[in-house]
Amino acid sequence: MPKSFNVNKYLRKDKMPHIWCPGCGNGMVMSAFLRAVDGLRLDPDRVVVVSGIGCSSRISGYMDFNTLHTTHGRPLAFATGIKLANPSLEVVVITGDGDATAIGGNHFLHSCRRNINITMVIINNNIYGMTGGQYSPLTPKGESASTAPYGNIEPEMDICAVAEAAGATYVARGITYQPVVMEDLILQGIENNGFSLVEVISQCPIYYGRMNKKGDAIDMLKWQKENTVSQKAASNMPPAAVKGKIITGILSTQYRPEFVEEYESIKKVAQGVKYDERRAEM
Amino acid sequence: MMKEEQKCEIRLSGSGGQGLILAGIILADAANLENKYVVQTQSYGPEARGGARRAEVIISNMPIHFLMVEEADIFLALTSEAYTKFKYNVKPGGMIILDEEINPKMFVTSVNPFPIIKTAREELGREIVANIVSLGVLTALSGILKPASLEEALKIRVPPHTVDLNRRAFQRGWDMGKERIKKKEVEKV
Amino acid sequence: MKSSRKLMQGNEACAEGALKAGVKFFAGYPITPSTEIAETLAEKLPRAGGVFIQMEDEIASMAAVIGASLTGVKSMTATSGPGFSLKQENIGFAVMTEIPCVVVNVQRLGPSTGGPTLPAQGDVMQARWGTHGEHAMIALCPASVEEAYYLTIMAFNYSERFRTPVVLLLDETIGHLRESVDLKKYEDTRIINRPVPWEAPGQYLPYKAEGDEPPPMASLGEGYRFHVTGLVHDESGFPVAGNHAAIDRLLTRLSNKIIKRQEEITLYKEFMTENAQYLVIAYGATARSAYGAVELARKEGYRVGLLHMQTLWPFPEKLVRQKTLGKKTVLVPEMNLGQYAREIKKTVADQTQVVTLSQVDGRIFHPSRIVAFLRGEAKYAQVL
Repeated sequence: MPKSFNVNKYLRKDKMPHIWCPGCGNGMVMSAFLRAVDGLRLDPDRVVVVSGIGCSSRISGYMDFNTLHTTHGRPLAFATGIKLANPSLEVVVITGDGDATAIGGNHFLHSCRRNINITMVIINNNIYGMTGGQYSPLTPKGESASTAPYGNIEPEMDICAVAEAAGATYVARGITYQPVVMEDLILQGIENNGFSLVEVISQCPIYYGRMNKKGDAIDMLKWQKENTVSQKAASNMPPAAVKGKIITGILSTQYRPEFVEEYESIKKVAQGVKYDERRAEM
Repeated sequence: MMKEEQKCEIRLSGSGGQGLILAGIILADAANLENKYVVQTQSYGPEARGGARRAEVIISNMPIHFLMVEEADIFLALTSEAYTKFKYNVKPGGMIILDEEINPKMFVTSVNPFPIIKTAREELGREIVANIVSLGVLTALSGILKPASLEEALKIRVPPHTVDLNRRAFQRGWDMGKERIKKKEVEKV
Repeated sequence: MKSSRKLMQGNEACAEGALKAGVKFFAGYPITPSTEIAETLAEKLPRAGGVFIQMEDEIASMAAVIGASLTGVKSMTATSGPGFSLKQENIGFAVMTEIPCVVVNVQRLGPSTGGPTLPAQGDVMQARWGTHGEHAMIALCPASVEEAYYLTIMAFNYSERFRTPVVLLLDETIGHLRESVDLKKYEDTRIINRPVPWEAPGQYLPYKAEGDEPPPMASLGEGYRFHVTGLVHDESGFPVAGNHAAIDRLLTRLSNKIIKRQEEITLYKEFMTENAQYLVIAYGATARSAYGAVELARKEGYRVGLLHMQTLWPFPEKLVRQKTLGKKTVLVPEMNLGQYAREIKKTVADQTQVVTLSQVDGRIFHPSRIVAFLRGEAKYAQVL
């Protein structure tokens, strides 16, 4: 982290205080994201941050970029329109686990499949916070939520595995306990020319933590430390030691053509440019 | 002084895949090329192949307000199912053109059977041009449009490499129709 | 001499109208009977340097259209009943955030899957009130292939002029109808583009309006770095949940910018209305039948005329009051059970009788029903 970094220049300070509870992980993700933007020296005028609905989706209002706070579950669909209509913009979607994987699950699959050059950060706090602690597709089975008072009977989804299977070309998982690593994972996601997913495991001490006796924010961060292992470390560990741990780091990368470039190429076909000329331009 | 309305209402029918809607579009295109008022509509079920399809074309010298055929001047059917389903409201003095393979027991009125599908299949080698053979017959019997307009319309609507085949199909239909007129064997309802 | 007349389908004409208006982005999802609009634009938009995308669902299509419009390009989607229902939440987002776009709904018989190839006009009220919350809407409704072309251009014009989504309500009949059109006469139709800010970034307030006028709109990436949210917001674009005066200002302005400009938005035609005792008010495919009915009835000596509405919403109250004044009866034929007739009745109840001639059997309205009513065969009508 460069010492000169000043988060203030990217913030809409007049919009503070933010709505997030004490101990919430959203601010840690915002800070890591801003350092990544700074590290990449992105022009704020060309950065578009799109969010959905929920606690974490309020993030768009606090950062001084082109920002769009959309409807519940749909930020990827809005972002797809933006990126296709103006490919020169750097489009980032930041949203929560409920928004991204339940109501927005379909858009998630198809954004991965298209491999459109958008970076998506899912802040996974395992719960719907804004509506008061209901279970999401990423709430672990057996845990409690206000709509699962006897324990959640739905198995949770590994959203990173889904992203890889659906065709995302960069899939990573970070934790709020490791903000510097998280920053780097987001930075590499933005650099990837294709669809990038960064899942960030975060903490909601007020709802998820309280309902499941996880202690305060510090306890939850400690839990992250104890229950995660980096992909690199895991590769040198016996399988028994890795069992039950959440793997972090870059989980998969693959090469596939990027969607907007594919469309630009189809435009040339439509306009009658011959195949060879297209190749020459590429 | 009010112009007298000269209107011709045409209903084409067959099964999905026989190209009757395309035939309707070609007819409408031809009418447009002759600067006539024309509307073309269609009805279809969920099936892309099979079932019964209907295309309707109304050609007039005046603006057309009601868009559906009320009393058909010409009704054409290529299958028994289509004949049964769409034979309603043919105008007295109107004309029914059928493929000759349709079961004759169904005929409740004077009809004009032609070997439309057989000609397409055996003489032209492609059953798929039965729709264009139909247009040839229909144009010859009705006299509402010039054959040159139909040929021009064909060029607009069929794939370029099939223009020649379709032109021959139209000509075959036209010849069959003209022959029937010569023999004075055209039946009216 | 080569004629400029051409045989064209209603849906195709809609796509051509959009191209004429300068559409550069289309997102859609296949649905009968609107699919030809998507198919035409899939072919023509990339040639015109624009973008076509088939999204994963109707909701995503609407969202993508709004996103694209924010980058400064004219954007559009097309659908039919079930898809129109799915788009409603995001249509509301476009209303709230004042993002111009055109939503085509080729009406089919509903509710639910209903009749995908059967004509109906059951979405008139959905076009007005489909999304939740207090808002105004603009909806246009063509009665011919040529009008499908012209009104698509006007839909873009109004959406840009007023920074609002505009609904173009076709029906299955007009969408699938092929007829001769002469588009040459629309060559000089004025094309309107959205108002853009003149202030430097930093001074720009994205929702600062002069009176009821729509505020100028910056595009993403131009340096203005503004915030867009579906939450209630003030002039700066940021949420203001506790500021009730600002909320009231916003919602009132969103409505007034359209309702108060009713006359500017109202498009209509009149046919044989001189000395008419009876007035038929009709729209879409039904207006087409009504022209035939009025002609027929005049020949029989009935003094009847037609007010053919091309703009359905905002409801043209002043026009309808003025045109129905002194009429013995107003007849409203519709392929629904009286959705627009009720609106007319509400407006003119004190001055004339309104009769609805409704039809929901999946067939287009027959002119003889209007004539039968005039002859006194009242079984054809329901008096509202």
